[in-house]
Amino acid sequence: MNQTLFEKIWNQHSIKNLGDGNELIYIDRIFLHERTGSIALKSLEERNIDIRNPSQVFATIDHIVDTFPGRGDTTLMPTGTDFIKSLRASVEGSTINFFDLNNPNQGIVHVVSPEQGIALPGITYICPDSHTCSLGALGTLAWGVGSTECEHALATNTLIKKKPRLMKINIEGELPIGVTAKDIVLYLISQFGSNGAAGYAVEFTGSTINALEIEARLTLCNMAVEFGAITGIIAPDQKTIDYLEGKQFSPKGDDFITASEQWRNLKSDPDAKFDKTINLNCSDLSPYVTWGTSPQQAISINGSIPSLDQLKESSERESMIRALNYMGLSEGEKIKDKKIDAAFIGSCTNSRISDLRAAAKVLKDKKIAQGVKAICVPGSSQVKAQAEAEGLDKIFTSAGFEWRESGCSMCFFAGGESFGEKQRIISTTNRNFENRQGKSTRTHLASPETVAASAINGRISEAKNLGLES
Amino acid sequence: MKPFKNISGIAAPLMRINIDTDTIIPSREMKTVSKKGLAGGLFADWRYISTESREENPDFILNQFPYNQAKILLSGSNFGCGSSREHAVWAINEWGIKVIIAPSFGSIFYNNCIKNGVLPINLDEEKIASINNFVSIDPVKNKLHINLNNRIINYDKETIENFPIDEQDQEFLINGLDQIDQTLKKISLINNFEEAHRGQNPWLK
Repeated sequence: MNQTLFEKIWNQHSIKNLGDGNELIYIDRIFLHERTGSIALKSLEERNIDIRNPSQVFATIDHIVDTFPGRGDTTLMPTGTDFIKSLRASVEGSTINFFDLNNPNQGIVHVVSPEQGIALPGITYICPDSHTCSLGALGTLAWGVGSTECEHALATNTLIKKKPRLMKINIEGELPIGVTAKDIVLYLISQFGSNGAAGYAVEFTGSTINALEIEARLTLCNMAVEFGAITGIIAPDQKTIDYLEGKQFSPKGDDFITASEQWRNLKSDPDAKFDKTINLNCSDLSPYVTWGTSPQQAISINGSIPSLDQLKESSERESMIRALNYMGLSEGEKIKDKKIDAAFIGSCTNSRISDLRAAAKVLKDKKIAQGVKAICVPGSSQVKAQAEAEGLDKIFTSAGFEWRESGCSMCFFAGGESFGEKQRIISTTNRNFENRQGKSTRTHLASPETVAASAINGRISEAKNLGLES
Repeated sequence: MKPFKNISGIAAPLMRINIDTDTIIPSREMKTVSKKGLAGGLFADWRYISTESREENPDFILNQFPYNQAKILLSGSNFGCGSSREHAVWAINEWGIKVIIAPSFGSIFYNNCIKNGVLPINLDEEKIASINNFVSIDPVKNKLHINLNNRIINYDKETIENFPIDEQDQEFLINGLDQIDQTLKKISLINNFEEAHRGQNPWLK
């Protein structure tokens, strides 16, 4: 007894203690995308090393593929096609589960994975992508790796890892209307810093977490890496079990019953020890927006950018001066009503059907402000189809949003599409780094509700009073 | 992987916090399905006035003599946060930097360093400031000496002993070992584990 959820899964997958704290850990499932997966597969081919269990490997195309209607292998990014073709060539003839562009399961890895029951409670799961931590929302022990570690896992179904320190983040309180998992995680990072969980795996607990739907939990865990954590995880509950039932790669029939029983026991014991605990209350939380170039530079939408003398460390002051200069903002300035040039809804953080429904609720029967370029990119082909079946696409396009094919799109700039220099973008993505969405773009991270409301007003705005109460 | 040799070299201070992997190498600079040819994209948005023309920004430290020959980078906390792209380490390594000293690192970036013969060293801010003060006086004359076997950094008359590194990471770096080859030696252990594991979770095949 007295084990944490993380330790239970870890210990069930530990093949051997290698000394010095390192353990050989069995990896159940691996997901690849064309950007980094292509390199890992090619590297193994060049070394003549076989993939140990191709049926435990999944691959799709999301990172650099265009999202324009009618898109194909040709990409705006000058050499993007090479990555798509390289991945396709590597998986051809193998039993890797591959979701190519014309496959209805195509989409952003971290959207497809829960949607298809690829990530499951209690399994170990890696992907050469930092936002793999999203899948912790299902009780999956999932984390992002580099290409070389990915090659190791493909070749051996294992990784050599040291057990990280463990942190519990207990969150209590009922969220006010219009306040979301995105706001919780931005608030958390703003309070404790973008390396606040460096070296830790984080378990989220508490009444607020229990009340979150699975897709909201995915948003929360998605940004654990922005908090510096190795991963985030949430104990599976009845919502998790209901969510996974009937998914394509979930266990079926009696296996599902057996698996569900195992999943129900996957939780930290009452007397389990964590190396650190953070307690938060979110009952008075307001929507959060970033003002700077790190996710930790976030404030309440009703707040003001801090003043320089509020910062203790000189390194933080220098970072703030640089961020203000880059963002074209001043210390002490209010964030609300700042004029925007663009609005983006998409990415592995906020592009699932619940995100699109929330944004559509705000956009219904409204038009976005003149001069604002607004784009919605569903997270997967399935999300897109579902949204279209519900008529959400019509709400987006009538409001003035572009409606796209699924992919990572403008979450980052790979040489394809960008909003343009010094354009101020309100975005449901996860990173507001310098130049992340294109040269000199100014990114403000926020929830889908806040992005939709801001697109309507042409200024950073709260969704409150814009249809959310009804 | 080449074995990591002891390093005596110029240290370049890039004293900012939260330098992310998008900044170390922007996505659009990752042009080929390859681990090579990435040095030109290192810090592209900071290093060039125009990334298209490749006109160098004279204000960026790695463009300035003698820092353009640096083998060691000093930086602020959370270096290499963000994207998992191993290209960040491939670009750093190819450009010529073999050691990065910072108060903390992004965890995936740190692992990627070890896998590619680049030594990441965690030191507290005060020690890094002290090293920075020393090397900044005369970066060519005031080199840093880093001995991984003994986990020692020498500079000026100072010695920093026992800098933190996992023993296994140290061994991999020093011997330039390939981890896949090492693990494949344990294949029977993996086979046995897998059989039992699948017995309990038959749906995972």
